[in-house]
Amino acid sequence: MDKAGFLKQRNRLDFASLREWGILIVFVLIVGILMLLSPSSFARPTNLINIVKQASINGILATGMTFVIISGGIDLSVGSIVALSGVIAASFAHPGEYPLIVPIVLSTLVGGVAGFLNGIGVAYGNIPPFIVTLGSMTMIRGMALIVARGSPVFNVTKAFENIAGGFLFDTIPYLVIYFVVTAAIGAFVLTRTVFGRRVYSVGGNEMAAKVSGIQVDRIKVAVYSISGFLAGVAGLLLASRIVSGNPTSGVSYELDAIAAVVIGGISLSGGSGKWYGAVIGALLIAVIGNGLDILNVSAHFQLLIKGAIIITAVLLDVKSKGNRT
Amino acid sequence: MSEYILEMEHISKSFSRVKVLDDVSLKVRAGEVHAIVGENGAGKSTLMKILTGVYSPDGGEIRLHGKKVEIHNPRMALAHGIAMIYQELNPVLDQDVAENIFLGRELIRYHFGPLSIVDKQAQHQHTQELFARMGVDIPSKALMRQLSVAQKQLVEIVKAISLSCSVVVMDEPTSALTEKEVATLFEQIEKLRSQGVAIIYISHRLEEVFKIADTITVLRDGRLIGTDSVSNFDHDKLIRMMVGRNIEEFYPKQNVPIGEVVLEVRNLSLGKRFRNISFQLHAGEILGIAGLVGAGRSELAECIFGLSRPTTGEVYIRGKRVDFHHPQDSVRHRVAMITEDRKLTGLNLKASVEHNITLVALSRLSRLGIIDSDKEAQVTDTYIKELSIRTFSRKTLVANLSGGNQQKVVLAKWLLTEPDIIIMDEPTRGIDVGAKRDIYLLMGSLAAAGKAILMVSSELPEIMGLADRVIVLAAGNMTGELARHEFSQEAIMRYASEFRQNG
Repeated sequence: MDKAGFLKQRNRLDFASLREWGILIVFVLIVGILMLLSPSSFARPTNLINIVKQASINGILATGMTFVIISGGIDLSVGSIVALSGVIAASFAHPGEYPLIVPIVLSTLVGGVAGFLNGIGVAYGNIPPFIVTLGSMTMIRGMALIVARGSPVFNVTKAFENIAGGFLFDTIPYLVIYFVVTAAIGAFVLTRTVFGRRVYSVGGNEMAAKVSGIQVDRIKVAVYSISGFLAGVAGLLLASRIVSGNPTSGVSYELDAIAAVVIGGISLSGGSGKWYGAVIGALLIAVIGNGLDILNVSAHFQLLIKGAIIITAVLLDVKSKGNRT
Repeated sequence: MSEYILEMEHISKSFSRVKVLDDVSLKVRAGEVHAIVGENGAGKSTLMKILTGVYSPDGGEIRLHGKKVEIHNPRMALAHGIAMIYQELNPVLDQDVAENIFLGRELIRYHFGPLSIVDKQAQHQHTQELFARMGVDIPSKALMRQLSVAQKQLVEIVKAISLSCSVVVMDEPTSALTEKEVATLFEQIEKLRSQGVAIIYISHRLEEVFKIADTITVLRDGRLIGTDSVSNFDHDKLIRMMVGRNIEEFYPKQNVPIGEVVLEVRNLSLGKRFRNISFQLHAGEILGIAGLVGAGRSELAECIFGLSRPTTGEVYIRGKRVDFHHPQDSVRHRVAMITEDRKLTGLNLKASVEHNITLVALSRLSRLGIIDSDKEAQVTDTYIKELSIRTFSRKTLVANLSGGNQQKVVLAKWLLTEPDIIIMDEPTRGIDVGAKRDIYLLMGSLAAAGKAILMVSSELPEIMGLADRVIVLAAGNMTGELARHEFSQEAIMRYASEFRQNG
């Protein structure tokens, strides 16, 4: 047949792989520059571990967000879920009341249920995901304030504080472990399981997925449940880290999670994206924050730079799509 | 002065040292419909892109009215009177018809540089005059969004005329049209021809080419195979030239013993789409469903597959009543569905060939929900080879494949589920002759293997060539059933138009 066609495929492949690796190259580049600029403070092992720690809560949220976005949706409610589950976790973690397992189970369960309801709204209510989760974002924030009676819930046990505050071998923060484990499970599910493949297919072409015998509605409910559950986990960890349940915490966390996903090259239109996208995205945001701190760049400028990076990432995405057809 | 309005001589073009056009010449007279045919990749669109200035040729020259011209971009082509009506139209949907016709060259009432005021009234008046001249019945104030595909196409054609184009290129203009709309389009082509406009007509549908063209040029692998008056061609000769090998029989019908009934449909109805349809489908049988566009053929196929629920009636598989709520149920009962529009409902264009092929049968390639990648790669490669899918690798995005190869991916996806009943809705729509032949051969061997095939097709030669039996629908009713020895184009068309006439 036409050799031109083959050649075209070839070129496209090269372009696609370049884009795929682009974000990794950018990441390595930025880390390299920061190491050169500040070898004494940035490149120190303790600081590097600290960066991963700073990335971990956002990274856990972004892992859940990855599932939702690849399926073609979006979840704006995760920041509010963080607050609600944190408040619930802290409320059941007062000394001498319940065993530690109770706040852990309840907070993550609340997240999972909230996500499940989001999924029901999207899949069976046929409401656009943006609207469903915008609504639930507001409602759940309200519920967090109601449960906490408007002010932070203090007085939690030492064991509760230790969930996020502890260290493995006195060096690696537990937070880092949770992040790594979550990202690893997420990556495995996305790349190696039937479910993961179906998430991609629903985001890639919902009608074709349905014709192929896939229960699209169930996949949708599942991805929002995952996102909600992981937001519940993040809320638990945040409450443990700040040693209280704060109903006004987690504001705009959903945007950080979306930013991490987008920077990681995962397309907002669904159906494509690599398993490591969210990890790299979350790490990159943390690296930039940390590096700019060390370089004494003011927080105001940091926002400016972070925003510019998000736009650049999406620009790459749009450009690559324009070239594909 | 040459007798030809347009001469493209010895055109060559290479992409990265691969010759896609090799010394191709095309000469078009004023007032003729000149069809260019060839398989996908033959170089038709490259040649047209050179004519309209999208690509520049490596060698050769273009002459218009005997004078050599250089065309560097589509705007220059338009200035030379060459217009192209694209396969996929892109009008501004939220503007009205007149605005689209005068897009980019608006009639100005008051000149204020970039803030000039458009004379809408004059635009509407001119548009209506143009329409009246062409006998087109579309209100100039209608929004483009409200028009059918055929009407949008007519607007494009009128636009080409309003630019006083002398050469109009049409690339697969009928791919999205109903038969009635095709007739309207052909009337317009006749009018253009009578006004001395040269029309270059690219189509996969050979019946159309024979109907409308005066001259046919055949391209194959970037080379000119022949140009001749349409009267010197017949169907077989044309296909032979296009494919480059001798096709004894384009529709390879295998004689397969017909087995027991595997699918039975009793009095199936779906609202106003179709009513009281009953038929039986046997193992080893290819049953054709014929009818005009809108007769309810696709709706019937989709309903049997469980994409919609019938209002009344029953479906039986091997004598047992089934009630499919979701395609998942059909897949479990070993029913496969190749849908009408592979891009819309057949493929995930964002995924690879591999991920598309294994999508339905994934649970069988996995244990405890975890995919066995080695096995997946292995079966994918098997099917790529078996169906001769032309792809760089199994990891290639399916979007980068040609239409014929994409269709084979859809087929592979369903064959992997080892279906007993295969529903095919327009299985060869918009694909080249070579891939068509491959799919026909495949259908034959599937039937020989005892599969039952239900084929919906708008191409009568295809149905008559392959089916053992055909049922005909008209306006949602089953109006006839013909056995293979009773097949004739006239009989099928008579049944297909039966209810139309009775209202």
